[in-house]
Amino acid sequence: MPLDSKHGFSPRQFKVVGERPLRPDGIDKVTGRARFGADAFAPGMLFGKVLRSPHAHARIRSIDTSKAEALPGVKAVVTRADFATDVEEGETANVLENVMAGEKALYEGHAVAAVAAVSNSIAKKALKLIEVDYEVLPHVTDVEKAMEPGAPVLHDHIFTEGVEPKPSSPSNVCQRIEVGHGDVEKGFAEADVIVEHSFKTEATHQGYIEPHACLANMSADGSGELWGCTQGHFMVRDTCAALLGIDVSRLRVTASEIGGGFGGKTTVFLEPTALALSRKAGKPVKLVMTREEVFLASGPTSSTAIHVKIGAKKDGSITAGFAELKYQGGAFPGSPVEMGAMAAFACYDLENVKCVGWDVVTNRPKQAAYRAPGAPMAAFAVESVVSELAGKLGIDPIDLRLKNAAKEGTKSSYGPTFGPIGLVETLEAAKAHPHYAKKLGPNQGRGVASGFWFNFGGQTCTSLNVNIDGTCTLSVGTPDIGGSRASMCMMAAEELGIPYDNVRAIVADTSSLGYNDVTDGSRVTFASGLATITAAREAKKKLCERAAAMWGIPVEAVEWVDGEARPAGPNAGEFEPLSIADIAAVAGNTGGPIAGHYEVSADGAGPSFATHIVDAEVDPDTGRVWVNGYTVVQDAGKAIHPAYVEGQFQGGAVQGIGWVLNECYMYNDKGKMENAGFLDYRIPVASDLPMIDTVIVEVPNPGHPYGVRGVGETSIVPPLAAVANAVSAAVGVRLTELPMSPPRVLKALEDKGLV
Amino acid sequence: MKRIPVSTTINGDAVEFLCEPEETLLDVLRDRLGMTGSKEGCGTGDCGACSVTVDGRLVCSCLMLGAEAQGREIGTIEGVSDGERLHVLQSKLLEHAALQCGICTPGIVVAAKSLLERNPDPDETEVRYWLAGNLCRCTGYDKIVRAVLDAAQEIRKG
Ligand code: FES
Ligand code: FES
Repeated sequence: MPLDSKHGFSPRQFKVVGERPLRPDGIDKVTGRARFGADAFAPGMLFGKVLRSPHAHARIRSIDTSKAEALPGVKAVVTRADFATDVEEGETANVLENVMAGEKALYEGHAVAAVAAVSNSIAKKALKLIEVDYEVLPHVTDVEKAMEPGAPVLHDHIFTEGVEPKPSSPSNVCQRIEVGHGDVEKGFAEADVIVEHSFKTEATHQGYIEPHACLANMSADGSGELWGCTQGHFMVRDTCAALLGIDVSRLRVTASEIGGGFGGKTTVFLEPTALALSRKAGKPVKLVMTREEVFLASGPTSSTAIHVKIGAKKDGSITAGFAELKYQGGAFPGSPVEMGAMAAFACYDLENVKCVGWDVVTNRPKQAAYRAPGAPMAAFAVESVVSELAGKLGIDPIDLRLKNAAKEGTKSSYGPTFGPIGLVETLEAAKAHPHYAKKLGPNQGRGVASGFWFNFGGQTCTSLNVNIDGTCTLSVGTPDIGGSRASMCMMAAEELGIPYDNVRAIVADTSSLGYNDVTDGSRVTFASGLATITAAREAKKKLCERAAAMWGIPVEAVEWVDGEARPAGPNAGEFEPLSIADIAAVAGNTGGPIAGHYEVSADGAGPSFATHIVDAEVDPDTGRVWVNGYTVVQDAGKAIHPAYVEGQFQGGAVQGIGWVLNECYMYNDKGKMENAGFLDYRIPVASDLPMIDTVIVEVPNPGHPYGVRGVGETSIVPPLAAVANAVSAAVGVRLTELPMSPPRVLKALEDKGLV
Repeated sequence: MKRIPVSTTINGDAVEFLCEPEETLLDVLRDRLGMTGSKEGCGTGDCGACSVTVDGRLVCSCLMLGAEAQGREIGTIEGVSDGERLHVLQSKLLEHAALQCGICTPGIVVAAKSLLERNPDPDETEVRYWLAGNLCRCTGYDKIVRAVLDAAQEIRKG
C-alpha cells in the first residue's frame, strides 16, 4: 500500500539509480583502514572478559569474586548486582537476564560475571579466580522434548498463552498462535491428492565473520559513550540505558563499521556489561567475544519441528494447506514462530489455510533474528511438500506453483490482501531461464522453490546538508551492513540531479539524529532511502526558494532541473540557471545553511518474492552433496545498485546452502554444544560452491518513490527447500531432516536399497 | 610477565616490539602496533581474516606467536596499496562489488595477492581452492572469484 500519494511510486527515467558506482566506503575496506567493532582503542583502556556457565541448566547458589578482585591489575568485577533492579517483565527483562544471569544459568555459555583488567592475560586469569557455586539441574535442548509433560522446566512463570483453559502449571511452551482463513477440513475433503510430511531443522548461526565487540566509556558524571558493531545503535542506547538505570540522553552510541550481522546483531549481548565494568572501574573498557563465545552466547536461530499437509485437485489447484510449527527460542520466549507461520503459505492463493505455531523455550542460547527470521524453515517444509505434490500429479513444479501463485488482489494466508507483487514474474523468469532447460547428469537432481518475506519499514530519520561548495552530506541513522551508503548517495544524487560523487553519506551517532530503528527487516534501502529522497526533495525546495530570492522572483517561477535552478513559466524573466554550488556559495547571505530533513514511521514496505533453481549431485558412495548449479530469481521492486542487490541474492543463497547441507548446532547429552568453532561448524567455503546466477525482477513497490522493495532477507527463504528438492530428486528419496549431511544422505540411500 | 623483545620487518619497515610469550602475531599487530587491518574472526586458523605473509608465505597470524616474528619479513594488508595507488586486486574487488560488510576483505586481498604471485593465470577452481581458507559470509564468493580472475587477467596484460 502506498505510504501516501506524496511518497508513492511514480514511473520515471533514472540517471544514477540502476548504475553500479563504486561504494564510498570501499577504499577504506579494501585497504584495512575501515574501523570495525574491535578496532577501537582508548587511552587507559582496560580489557574485559566474561565468565560463562559451563552448565546447560544450573541454579547459581553464590558467586565469590573476592579472589579475582584481589588480583593485581584487575580493576572491576561485575555480576548481576551491578545492573538495574527495576526492569519490568517482558523483553527488556529477558535481555537483562540473558546479558547477566540472575538466579539460574539457563544454557552453556550464559554470562554469570565479568572482569576488567589492565591486560587480556590478567583478565583471563581473573576469570579462573571467580568461584561460582552451581546446583546443576536437568536440562532439555530439543524442541519436541521440551514440550513433553515432565520435561525440565526453565522458568516457573511461563504458563502457555493462547490455549483454553489457561494451564495451571508452568511449562516450556510459551504460546500457541494460529493464522489462516477458510476451512481446511472442507478443503482436504475436496482434494484428490494429499501429501504430508514431518520435518526437522537444526539451529544455525548467522556466522558473521566479525565477533561482537564494543568499547564503553562511562564518566564519573554518569554519562557515557559506547562504540561498537551493531545493526542498531539507537536500540543499543535505549536497551543499555534501561539495563544500567541511566537516562537515555546520557548515553551516546556510535556504530562502528559492522562485519556482518544478518539479524544476529539486532540485540545486545556485551554492551551493558562493558558499560557496567567501565562505570565501576572508572576507565574505558573493551569487550570482544571469541568465536567460541559467539557460538555459545550470541543468538543463533531456532531449531524446529514442522508438520505440513497439502491437498490438491488433479488439475493442480490446491484446496487446503495446513502446518503445525514448533520453534524453540532458546532460553527465553520469542522464537520467530509467528513469522514462520505467517510466511509458510504466503506464496499461494489459498481458500483454506491454517497454521498453528508453538513458541518453546529450551536450554540453548536466546535465539536472535537470522535473515527472514522463521521463514526459511517454514518454506523448507511447505516447498518440499509442494514439489512432491507436483511429482505425484505429474505437473512441472514451476507450473504447479504458477497455478496457485499469490498475485495482486490475493488475500494472503496471513491476512492482508496483496498489492502489486512479483511472484508470478519470478516463476516465469525461472521457467524461461536456460538453467531450467539444462540436461542433468548421473546422480544429479534439480529442485525449485519459491519464498516470501514481508519486509519492513519502521522509524527512520535522515538529514541532508548542502555544503558551501554544493556537495551534500547525508546523515543516516541505519548502520551500513552491506553497502547501503552507496544506495543512499545514489538516491540523493538522483533526486538532486547532481553527480553521485558529490554526495557523502555517514552513519550518524545517536546524539546527532532522531531515533532510527535497527537495520533489519530488509528496511534500509526502502525506509532510509524513502527518507533520503524526501529530505533531498525538501532541500531542493529550499534551493529553489533561495534562487527565487536571488533573482527576486516568486518561488513558483523556479524549477529544479538537472541539479540547477531555472526560471520557469511566462513571468519568470530571463536568468542564467543557478547550480547547487552557486546557491550554496552565498547561502550565508540568503538565509543561512540549506538542509533537508525527514522523519517518518515508514509503512508501505512491499513484500518480496523469489524463486530459486538448484542442481545437486550426490556421491552415492559417501552421501556427499555438491551443489553444481544455482540460479536466484527475485523481485527487487527497483534495484538501486544492481551489483549489491545481486550480492544479497548470492549471499542469502549460499547461507541457505550451508544451512541445508552442513551447518547445525550439535548438542551432547550434557546439553553442551560440541562444535562451537568454524572448524566443526563449517560454513560454506569458496571451493564448496558454484557461481550463483542471478536474475533481478522489478515489479515496483507502490509504497516507495522509486519502487524499492527490501531484498536482503527473501534470498534465504527458498534455498533450504530448493536444495532439498534437488537432493531428494537426485537420490530418489524425500529427505525431511536438516542438515543433509553425508551420513544422513547415505542412510537414505541405504534405506531405499540404492547402495 | 616477562616480555620478549622482537626485531622484525613489517611491510618493509624495521619494527621492534615487546610481547608476552603467549601473544599471537595477530595480537601484536593489532594491540601493540595498532595495525588493525588484519582482523580476528576466529583465532583458530579457520577463517583467514587475519591473513598475512611471513617471508612471502601466506599464514594465519592468529596461529603464529608474536615472538616467532623475530628476524622475519611480515607483509600485512596495510602494505598492499602503494600510497594512494590501490593494488589491482583491491580495485577489482571494488569494481566487482565483491565486498559487502568488508570484514573478510583484508584477508581475501592478502591471500589472493599471494596466489597471483605464485600463479598469475589461475582458473576458477584454483581460485576457489586457494581462497577456501578465507571465509566470507556475505557474498557467496561469486563476485570475489570473478574479481580475482579479472585482476589476474589485468596483471597478465601488464
Ligand atoms: S582469525 Fe586467524 S584464521 Fe580466523
Ligand atoms: S563481505 Fe562480509 S564477510 Fe565477506
